[in-house]
Amino acid sequence: MLLIHGPYCDDTLPELEFAYAGAAHIARPADPMSLSDEEWRDFLYVRSNPRGLHAERWRYIHGCGRFFNASRDTVGDKFSVTYKAGKPRPDLEKAVQMSK
Amino acid sequence: MNASIKSFDAISVTVLPAVARLNLRIAPANLEVASAAFGLPLPGKIGQRVAANGRAAWCLSPDEWLLHGPEAEQTAIVADFATARVKAPRSLTVISDREFTIAITGPRAQELLSVACPLDLSGMVPGTAKRTLFDSAQVVLIR
Repeated sequence: MLLIHGPYCDDTLPELEFAYAGAAHIARPADPMSLSDEEWRDFLYVRSNPRGLHAERWRYIHGCGRFFNASRDTVGDKFSVTYKAGKPRPDLEKAVQMSK
Repeated sequence: MNASIKSFDAISVTVLPAVARLNLRIAPANLEVASAAFGLPLPGKIGQRVAANGRAAWCLSPDEWLLHGPEAEQTAIVADFATARVKAPRSLTVISDREFTIAITGPRAQELLSVACPLDLSGMVPGTAKRTLFDSAQVVLIR
């Protein structure tokens, strides 16, 4: 079973209690009216699908209920770091080194 | 509902008498207002518990608390929080009838829980609570 570190309760918990919530760090455009259809489409639907580190949102839905961000390796499913929502994207290379 | 359901030497499962249950959500900065209204210093760390005078509170989330009190005091607790609302916005939901409490005791209680709970229960400190899953149902596990 995949174990995920919840940044709010500071505990490592089973994946069953969590829900995946898409890619992280996608800021909603401040003025959607000024965007072209293509730009709006890109914001809504177009995502990268990297092989390797992926910044994504998770929700601890059956625990504290909070959304948080995580960096997961899409090849091995290993979580290198999880951090509270609103925090800047951490230095992933460094986080991977530390989690080894 | 208060009768013992099953009792063996190693384990006992009992439905506990009804209590007043409330779900409180308030900004952590306003925790003192809620503590004064409830009459207990609400814990600030997830999982922690405080209890006195028949009332108890567990912190479930950075801004969410589970409150228990005697059934007869439910109206009074809601009224106290209604008075405190002028000082700080909050959400207080009575969930007494939504949930019930089952006590699982005995030397093999942990083993029974681990059948359907994904948590590592051996690491759970007595006097703490944790919202988790039991089979497919969301439960608050209180040790």
